[in-house]
Amino acid sequence: MSWKARLSLLLSLALLATPVITGVQAGAANQLEIFSWWTAGGEADGLNAMFQIFKQRYPGTEIINATVAGGAGTNAKAVLKTRMQGGKPPDSFQVHGGEELTSTWVKTGFMEPITSLARSEGWLSVLPKDLVDIVSYQGEMYSVPVNVHRGNVLWYNKKIFDDNKLAAPTTWQEFFKVADALKAKGITPLALGDKNKWEAAHLFEDILAATLGPEGYRGLWSGKTSWAGAGVKQALENYAKILGYVNTDHAAGTWDSAAQMLIDGKAAMNIMGDWAAGYFTSKGWKPNVNYGFAPAPGTGGTFVVVTDTFGLPKKAPHRDQALNWLRVAGSKAGQEAFNPLKGSICARTDCDLSKFDAYLRSSAADFAKNKLIPSEVHGSAAPEDFATQFNDIVNLFVTRRNVANAQKALQAACVSAKMCRK
Amino acid sequence: MPRLNRDRILAVAVLTPSVAAVGIFVYGFIGWTVYVSLSQWNSFVPDLSFAGLQNYGTLFATVRFQADLRNTLIFTVTFLAACLLIGFLLAVLLDQRVRGESLFRNIFLFPMAISFIVTGTAWQWLLNPSTGVNLLFESLGLGALRSPWYTEPRTAIFSVVLAATWQLSGFTMAMYLAGLRGIPEELMEAARMDGASEWQLYRHVIVPLLHPVTLSAVIVLGHISLKIFDLVFAMTGSGPAFSTDVPGVFMFETTFRGNRFAEGAGIAVIMLALVAVLIVPYLWYGTRTAAEA
Repeated sequence: MSWKARLSLLLSLALLATPVITGVQAGAANQLEIFSWWTAGGEADGLNAMFQIFKQRYPGTEIINATVAGGAGTNAKAVLKTRMQGGKPPDSFQVHGGEELTSTWVKTGFMEPITSLARSEGWLSVLPKDLVDIVSYQGEMYSVPVNVHRGNVLWYNKKIFDDNKLAAPTTWQEFFKVADALKAKGITPLALGDKNKWEAAHLFEDILAATLGPEGYRGLWSGKTSWAGAGVKQALENYAKILGYVNTDHAAGTWDSAAQMLIDGKAAMNIMGDWAAGYFTSKGWKPNVNYGFAPAPGTGGTFVVVTDTFGLPKKAPHRDQALNWLRVAGSKAGQEAFNPLKGSICARTDCDLSKFDAYLRSSAADFAKNKLIPSEVHGSAAPEDFATQFNDIVNLFVTRRNVANAQKALQAACVSAKMCRK
Repeated sequence: MPRLNRDRILAVAVLTPSVAAVGIFVYGFIGWTVYVSLSQWNSFVPDLSFAGLQNYGTLFATVRFQADLRNTLIFTVTFLAACLLIGFLLAVLLDQRVRGESLFRNIFLFPMAISFIVTGTAWQWLLNPSTGVNLLFESLGLGALRSPWYTEPRTAIFSVVLAATWQLSGFTMAMYLAGLRGIPEELMEAARMDGASEWQLYRHVIVPLLHPVTLSAVIVLGHISLKIFDLVFAMTGSGPAFSTDVPGVFMFETTFRGNRFAEGAGIAVIMLALVAVLIVPYLWYGTRTAAEA
């Protein structure tokens, strides 16, 4: 063989070997990899505050902050799925409590229960029972909630409401009266930005909770309330009417651009989870001064729970560190450091409320005494299979407003996601 | 013939890695995707028991997928037509030996260097009905040109076509310009001597001679438009009532958000079939002309 031939043979062999060499990476023992979609603003600050507490308590561990950007974690979840299926889980990852945890990860055998840790850390006595139920499956607890967001909040521009001598509507009937008064003045009553689809579904979820009441709403997920029934029909009809009061360019916006419409005075009201309060704060808007808040119409006494939790994957490469991380995430100090920055309330009921602003204090008070119901759009109430179909059905409904078709599709989605029998 | 044998061994040794890699990572995975699309794997846990064409049946009965196919067709046809027309016109204009040709060539070609994500985000802002070019129109006293752009379900897809055309018509121009420069000057001279008008010259001499370029452009642009994902994802998402949804976005959401892996694989297979409809005749044409030559 000539030297050229030898060289090319060598090169082609080297080419074959590259993936093998780069595939092998040594994992150091003192590492902790935390996977989340908290990449920006208060969320990232809150996460870092928890990391600081971890570093003080367990020094000498290198924290790998594995974040994937994208609102509501939609992109991060896709990355996580490929990692879990490939057998390379992070040490712990952010997951919404409820079906997103149980039906995607627990029933499929990817998670380790943390019930004994919860007992030894005394979490069961400081977390509300409804919340523990959301992160449990067959009597075992599978993740620790670090925060609670409220899904059913009506936000309004206080100046517009004061100028027009209006009060926050508590029912949808009152909402229509207020909205008509605003419309007559040429003000867009309700801001919506549903480019990413879930924002419109979020609004519909709150209408469902208002129309069916907390028990009827819970029944949708347990099979006691039928999607083909009169209640859902009425909710859809109600929604079609409400859509007559939203901004016409809603398809171009997102949840934060809808919140911005309130700040700019272009719209009077917005229905969104209380991460909107975090957005207002970041823009220098103050609760009860610039903006007012109330439960979404018809949902007073009900609290739609959106909770971020951390769990323990079975093949966690640094299991001991992961357990330490969960200890921090469930601790009073950890949650008190994280939540004021994130703009949510503690999952624990014993946090020092003086660290929180007026809105969050009122939310914490409601959380302690209201009926807690799981959010569908944010992964707690139904499997992801149903959630994606739900988003699609609502997206079509927002444009077409065909109640019969939407109801038929909801029932079909319920069957195909194996939530209800025929 | 030891010399030849040694060459052969070398050829085999050099080719083997890439053949194996292409075999596994392209054709192997195509086969695997087809296999998954015929299975029951519609939850997070793999279930590869045979389901026949059931997933395809479900897909074609889904309103969203019907909208996707319609959008893909409209998008591909209008995007191709617009790119070819604008690209050709720009090429012809540049071919007139204008001053500063290379400057204009670079300006027209430059959008191609930008990723679809950036294009999508920028055009999302530009065509936002309340903050974008509408404001510009108004301040220029052209309020009549205001448009709801991608928020109007019936015409939303054309906003995406606009962005895609902006990005790739320069590329088409470059292809046509190369083609135009390749046409011998004598042919045009001969046509002019025979009394052909400029219009006839283009209509009967230049355009027919550019057919191979047109065909290549159709293939390159066509496969981009049939598989488009990033531009739509960044710019409009699914759009109101799926007016800008495309199979790529549906595939991503079905598979990685809805955990319906078999249906997602089905969408991928249908996308492959669509591209094959475009590519296979081209390959066939290519091999035939090669054989003739």
